[in-house]
Parts: sequence; C-alpha cells; structure tokens
Amino acid sequence: MIATRTFVGMPPFPVGAKKALADSQLRANIAGATQTIRAKRARVVAELDDFEQLRAAAADIKDEVLGGFVGYLQQAEASLTAAGATVHWARDAAEANQIVVGIARGHKVDEVVKVKSMATQEIELNVALEAAGIAAWETDLAELIVQLGDDLPSHILVPAIHRNRSEVREIFLREMGKVGMAADGDLSDEPAELAGAARRHLREKFLRAKVAISGANFLVAETGTLVVVESEGNGRMCLTLPEVLISVVGIEKIVPTWADLEVFMQLLPRSATGERMNPYTSTWTGVTPGDGPQEVHVVLIDNGRTKVLADPVGRQALRCIRCSACMNVCPVYERTGGHAYGSVYPGPIGAILTPMLRGVGVDAQTDSLPFASSLCGACYEVCPVLINIPEVLIHLREQVVDSHRGGVPGALQAAMTGASWTFGGGRRLAALQTLAGLSSAVIGRRGLIGRLPAPLSRWTDARDLPAPPRESFRKWWTRTDGGLKETGLPAERHHPGRGPK
Amino acid sequence: MSAREQILARIRSAQVPAPATGIRRDYSHVREHDDRLALFVARVQDYKATVIRTPPDGVAAAVAKCLVDARQVVIPPGFDPSWVPEGLDIVGDQPPLSASELDGVDAVLTCAMVGIAETGTIVLDHTAGMGRRTLTLVPDMHVCVLTADQVVGDVPEAVARLSASVKSGRPLTWISGGSATVDIELSRVEGVHGPRTLRVVLVEPSTT
Repeated sequence: MIATRTFVGMPPFPVGAKKALADSQLRANIAGATQTIRAKRARVVAELDDFEQLRAAAADIKDEVLGGFVGYLQQAEASLTAAGATVHWARDAAEANQIVVGIARGHKVDEVVKVKSMATQEIELNVALEAAGIAAWETDLAELIVQLGDDLPSHILVPAIHRNRSEVREIFLREMGKVGMAADGDLSDEPAELAGAARRHLREKFLRAKVAISGANFLVAETGTLVVVESEGNGRMCLTLPEVLISVVGIEKIVPTWADLEVFMQLLPRSATGERMNPYTSTWTGVTPGDGPQEVHVVLIDNGRTKVLADPVGRQALRCIRCSACMNVCPVYERTGGHAYGSVYPGPIGAILTPMLRGVGVDAQTDSLPFASSLCGACYEVCPVLINIPEVLIHLREQVVDSHRGGVPGALQAAMTGASWTFGGGRRLAALQTLAGLSSAVIGRRGLIGRLPAPLSRWTDARDLPAPPRESFRKWWTRTDGGLKETGLPAERHHPGRGPK
Repeated sequence: MSAREQILARIRSAQVPAPATGIRRDYSHVREHDDRLALFVARVQDYKATVIRTPPDGVAAAVAKCLVDARQVVIPPGFDPSWVPEGLDIVGDQPPLSASELDGVDAVLTCAMVGIAETGTIVLDHTAGMGRRTLTLVPDMHVCVLTADQVVGDVPEAVARLSASVKSGRPLTWISGGSATVDIELSRVEGVHGPRTLRVVLVEPSTT
C-alpha cells in the first residue's frame, strides 16, 4: 500500500514560492505546459461567438442555486433517492471519510479504485482509507504519477503538471512493480508509451475492483443525475465495472435542471483542457438495472462550503466548476507551480477558496494565500463562471489584516504609514530616492536587491526588487531641463513642459 | 441535530438573497452551420477518429471496412441486423459477458442516439443497439453507426434531444474521439483506458 502525502504542515506561500523559483526544471515544466494550454483554450473559445453570453448564463445558474440552496438540495436528495441511490450528508471531512470507510468496510474490501476527484483530495479520503487498511488506487494518469511518485498534486486538472516525460518514465519504472503490474524495462519516455504502461498497470485493478469512489462535476437537482467529465476512460471504468459506487459531491455542485448542462458542457471542456469537448462524459441517475453498479451512494459534503456561503463577497467562489483556467493564465502560478500554495486548490481560485474553507486568522500558511497574487486580473478574464477573483482577494486581505489587529502595528502598517509620509511631499520623495540610489551596498550583481534588513526584509524575503537607477527621474529632469540638455539627442524631439514642482 | 439538518440550517442562516434578475439565456440555442454533416465529419476526424459516409444500402459494407482488423466483435441486442456484414465472428451480450470476457473481445459495434457537429461528439443512451455501458468501454475498438438525422448543430440541441432519456433514468455516455490524455506535458495522447480506436459510419439519405 502507498502512504499518501498531505499538505499538512506546508510553509506559507513566500517560503514555498522561493523554493519553487529556485527549481529551474519545475519552472520549465510549468511554463511549457501552461503556455500550451493557454493557446489551446484561446483558440477554441474564439470559435464561439456567444462565449460571453454562456459565461453570464453559467454565473446566473450558479447564483440561482445559491439563492435557493435548501430547496435545490432537498430536490436533489429526493430525486436521487427515487432513482435508487442512498444519500448521505457530511458536515466535515472527518464525517465524510467515516461514511465512505464504513461503506467500504461493509463490503469487506481491502482496495477501492478511484476516479480523480477534488472533493476526495480535499477531505484526504485516501489517508482515512489507508488507516482503515483499504488501499485506494488512483486511476487518472496524472494522479497515478503523483501517487506512485510519493508526491503532491500541483494542479487541479493535471496534478502532475510539474513532472516532465522523463521524470514520469523514471517513476513508472521504479514504482509500478511494487504495487501491481510492472512497467516494461525498455519503456521509453514517449507520452503514448507511458500512457500504454498505465493502461496495462491499471486494467487488472479495474477488472477485479468491487468498490469505486468518484466525485462529480455536476448534480442535477431536477433528475438526480450525476455527471463526470473526463478524458482517459478511467472514470468510465470506475463508474461502470464495480458493484458499488460511492460519489463524494460538494453541495455546490448542484445545477437546477438537465437543460442547464447545455451551458456548462460548452464552457467546461474549452476552459479546462482547451478542447471543444472532452473525450468522455458519463451521466447516471441512481441505479440502472442490469447496467453498472447496483449499489449507488452519494455523500453530500459541506466541509466549509456554508462558511463560504455566509460571506457576501466571497460566496461567488462557490460557482467554481474546477476547470483550472485561472491557474493556467496566472503569472504567479506559472512561475511557482502549485505546491507553493500548500493546498489542494492552488492558483488564483485556491488563493480565495482555501482561506474561506479553512478560515482566516488561524494559521500563517492560509493567511499568506490572499497575498499570492499580483491582482493582474487575468483569472477573472478567463473564468467561465465570472468569479471576480481579484475582488475576493482584496476582501480576504482585509480580513487577514483585521484578524491581526489589536497589538503593535505590524511591519506592513508601518511601511504604509511611511509611504504616505514619503509620497505626501515631493522633496521627501526626492531625498529618499537619492538615498536609495546611493545604497549600492545592498544591490546584487544582477542589479537586483535580494535582501534588505528588518523590517523591510518582510518585503524582500518574498520578492527580489529591481535595483533603483543611479539617478532618479526627478534628478534627471532637473539636470537636463526636461531632457533639453541631454547630450547626443536632437533638441526638436523634446517638448519642454512643466517640470516637477 | 443530524448532519443534514445542520447543513441546511447553516445555509438558511447565511441568508443568501435570490438573484434579482432571472438567468440570462441569450446564448445560441441552435447553432446554424452551412454544412452540418461536413462539420461533424471534420470535427470527429480532428480527434483522429475515422469517419465513413455512406448511403443506407452501403452500411454493412462500411461496417465491414471498419472491422477489417478485428477478429471477434460484440454486438448488443437491438442492433439493426441489416447493418451487420456477413462473416463476422459475433459475440452476443445475452447472458451478460463478464468484464474479463469483454477484455478478450477485439471490437464493439453499436448505434448511437445523437451526434453533435460543433464538437464532434456522439452520445449513447444505452438503449437498444447500444448495450450496457461497459460494452463500449472495455474492447479496444468501437465502431458506431449514426444516421444523418441524428446529427445536431451544437450542445443545446443535443441536451434537448437527450432530455427524455435522462428523465426516464437512462445513463449517457458522450464520446469525443478515442480515449485520450493530456496528463504528460499537456500534449494530447490517444489511447488510455477506453477504446483506442473509434470509427464512425455516417448514414446519409440517398440523393436519388
């Protein structure tokens, strides 16, 4: 059995980011992959002339659910029950895990197969299953790479995005034989061959599995229909071959009607993998006699979602359909990768969702996440359900700052007070710029300031600053009379205006 | 208090207002294409799947061509016998084949419920001629016969046509090309767990 690693005890974002930035292989892998997917997404989105209208509809549909949440959940429960499914409710991760472990134990199995699911990642179900002596086999290729590599996921859609083909080959050669069918010794690093190795390794597990565990992309309240959107067919294997199926579903996965899927099935594949449609989508409604699992469970989980719902600004994050478009366009994610966020939800959506699910003001790691952004807004521009991530980030920054009030002013407040004094008067700014320009002692060889003494180290620990120029703009303006006296440049190209006061 | 009651109580106390305006639905409900069938064919081929277009009297021959490299073929109950070529080694699914038995079969031959031109998708609702869901999953090749009138412009029209199936409890499988993954360096690779080969026969009305 494999012992699953968790995100518990991860350092705050600046620490994780610094480590990630020093790993040039990681940066190359992530930059290459996100550039590929950004281009693909842009191409297939441009093919639809109503993409903006689809986004608006999707946001409205999700808001409609949140506005009538109790009714829709009750309707979903009734539809599922009528279709032969057993519905369970879980307040938190521990309760959800207890339910799933209980069902698996009831069937006396020592292994289950799993479809990739963010909800089960979030509740760390694999750890709970392992503690109960039940092996949880991840069957998504990327999840398999992460699991075999004793690694952590770094992307919600492509969890092994930080690994390149030769690293994957090494992991397969080293680890597959320890837990099942070994990879051939002459395995190359061609992605098609690597996928073939995964096919052979997992097939025996699919064919013998009695119990499968999935998440769901959508739950249709009207009909009780669950939807799983996937690429490889491992989802279809898990959803149809075993006798028992347990689906762990966040309460926010609800859409009101079957017809609403016409919106999401156009948005999700294009936003996620940049395809017009993903290879496979499965929908099922409870038990289908003579076809697939004859015992179907659905575990509806809260695990912090009602906390998010109670925040009027933050609740829009519950619209999220886990497509990952926001992380693929994020300049911060592109450079640090997912591990730096120390959470199953990395990137821009993780920077807002994780603090709201966990609560701010509790630990330094969580509180660092709303600051893991340059607020450039690229995430909001691509979000298929119009989550205004920068707005929520700023809102959460306020909450983090507020939660730390009441003692000595922190370095951030001190710095801001200093800044308002400096920018308040032109002469003070000029004096300070002169000072900065002269402080060559702190400027590194590449023209970067790597580290300043405390309390300014709070800033430079997380960022390298470009060194200030030797001469400030204000000094240059005064010396050259607004550029007129600059040597080697024709005077007529310059338009003397008013200099700084 | 039960978990259910407590979660519902937490939601009530969040006091989320219902959206003031209704759901904006001014997206295209019908996508018009100059040549719907040609687009469908091109989009299916984009996924590296094969498409053969044929008049009704050529279906069996087209199917034979698709199955040329398959020895044993499973055909679900209810599949139109006039579409089945002579001389196939056919396995039925009555009584249901075990997963391991299916794993030993080379190909599966089915019909479908809906085709989507814009996305190159075929949808099965697993009624007559389509079989249980595992039939089109475990064998390494899937040959699917679709008629021109089943091909719609885009997803909203497909969702509308599939509504009755879903509401009567039928499961659906949406298939866009062969099994694929983008998990290694985000480049699409065909062939993981589902059928690695997808061949579609599109039946068009005779022009005469």
